[in-house]
Amino acid sequence: MDVFYNLFLSLYENTGINLTIIYDAYDRGRFIDGVYSTIWLSLSCLFFSLIIGLVGAWLQGSKFSFTKRIVQIYIQLFRNTPPLVQMYFFFFGVGALLPVVEGEFGIPEPMISAFSWAVISLAFFAGAFNVEIFRSGIEAVPKATIEAAEALGYSRTQAYIYIVLPLAFRVCLPSLTNNMVNLVKTTTLAYAIAVPELLYVSNQIWSDNSNVPEMMIVLLLVYFVLVGILVWGMSSWEKKLKLPGYGV
Amino acid sequence: MNKITKETNNWTEDQPIVAINNVHKYFGELEVLKGISMNIMKGEVICIIGPSGSGKSTLIRCINALNDINSGSICVQGQEVHSDHLDKLELRKKVGMVFQQYNLFPHKTALENVMMAPVQVLKQDPKVVRERALRLIKKVRLEGREDSYPGELSGGQQQRVAIARSLAMEPDIILFDEVTAALDPETVKEVLVTIKELAEDGMTCILVTHEMGFAKEVADHIYFTDKGVIVESGSPSEFFDNAKDPRTKEFLSQIL
Ligand SMILES: Nc1ncnc2c1ncn2[C@@H]1O[C@H](COP(=O)(O)OP(=O)(O)O)[C@@H](O)[C@H]1O
Ligand SMILES: [Mg+2]
Repeated sequence: MDVFYNLFLSLYENTGINLTIIYDAYDRGRFIDGVYSTIWLSLSCLFFSLIIGLVGAWLQGSKFSFTKRIVQIYIQLFRNTPPLVQMYFFFFGVGALLPVVEGEFGIPEPMISAFSWAVISLAFFAGAFNVEIFRSGIEAVPKATIEAAEALGYSRTQAYIYIVLPLAFRVCLPSLTNNMVNLVKTTTLAYAIAVPELLYVSNQIWSDNSNVPEMMIVLLLVYFVLVGILVWGMSSWEKKLKLPGYGV
Repeated sequence: MNKITKETNNWTEDQPIVAINNVHKYFGELEVLKGISMNIMKGEVICIIGPSGSGKSTLIRCINALNDINSGSICVQGQEVHSDHLDKLELRKKVGMVFQQYNLFPHKTALENVMMAPVQVLKQDPKVVRERALRLIKKVRLEGREDSYPGELSGGQQQRVAIARSLAMEPDIILFDEVTAALDPETVKEVLVTIKELAEDGMTCILVTHEMGFAKEVADHIYFTDKGVIVESGSPSEFFDNAKDPRTKEFLSQIL
């Protein structure tokens, strides 16, 4: 390994291309932590935004008009305001109202960490789009198919679980992928509330080493690969779920 | 609940298996069924014919409670369908239905389509259901297509899967709503043959159809409906050879 690290050290000495994140143990450590943090942040946001989407779509299909109204207001609020403002609202606005608790070493800490606020705000942001995506998928399932299930003795709920949702999900997948890609890219906003994710640690690294161009390229590449993996995973899932005999 | 209904239900096979009595049905302001009555005995094959929009689909959808009614009564094996005490699952176990557009579940194979309801709704043992499903697929002459998805089957094949799917619930009565209307002329026959075999096995069949030849050959009783009323009814020979009402005559002259 040392040979490899030294290679990048000599690259810096000979060409001025400074990739401290490879040859410097400290920078390497915080960069890898940043990558983990971004992945973990993305996965948490994806998970909760999907739950919000499903629950929201379900509430929107309910017969009570007030639940529909609440979901509608939620969607409008989160779709028509900038995600950065939402994050500030949660972190500085709501966060300030919550009590401060005593941490591990007796140091006062906020009740909800910056990371958690980032997850909450981004999950609600992406969740608003997911509600609409799921709802359009559910609406795309022909009423006649649901009737056929009912004629076979399925209850409404059973028809939903076994027939409507599996079919709706297939319809949703492409727009869901889009929204997920956007969500992963939007996790960089957590930078603004000092969550040590990729962009944040990269900023620290380039401030310490004045290697802005190198770090910019690295950042772009890492996001490119992360999103690429997500897109690849989603499209192979889409292929797997494709209904034989329908479409091209 | 089940016990009580069983005790209070003293239906026997010499009574109509489906008794429809003076049924009225509105869609908003529009009266679609204007006092329909008919009695159907076990093992009978009933054909309902009539111009489009006369309420045929609505009528048979009222029999398995896919539609509700405004007044009158429909009893299946002595049990009132349109009552607050209706056990929908019990009703739908007794009454199967096949639709014009097949309405198969597109994400499941032919075999899975047939197996789904008994396993998921009736919670029967998948192994037992599988045996039955394979037998039914053979019966509708689709051996070898068990693993095909609906999208990979022709209309006629899909419709036969739909018939097998309905049979898998082991119903006493099957409703057929213009099940050949969406098919190519060549494939109509394969579906009609399947239905005819069912009828010969003693299944009670209620069919809405435009296949006059089939009705003539298979039906025990024919009802002609127009604008929500039964205009004329009788055995095939009475109906085709001695139609009295001018509306029936006009319809027959157009279609034959
Ligand atoms: N769900 C519905 N809502 C409103 N009107 C309906 C509905 N279903 C059927 N109708 C109307 O009821 C009448 C009878 O329809 P239908 O039973 O489908 O006739 P048929 O099957 O004989 O062609 C038609 O005028 C149709 O437009
Ligand atoms: Mg019809």
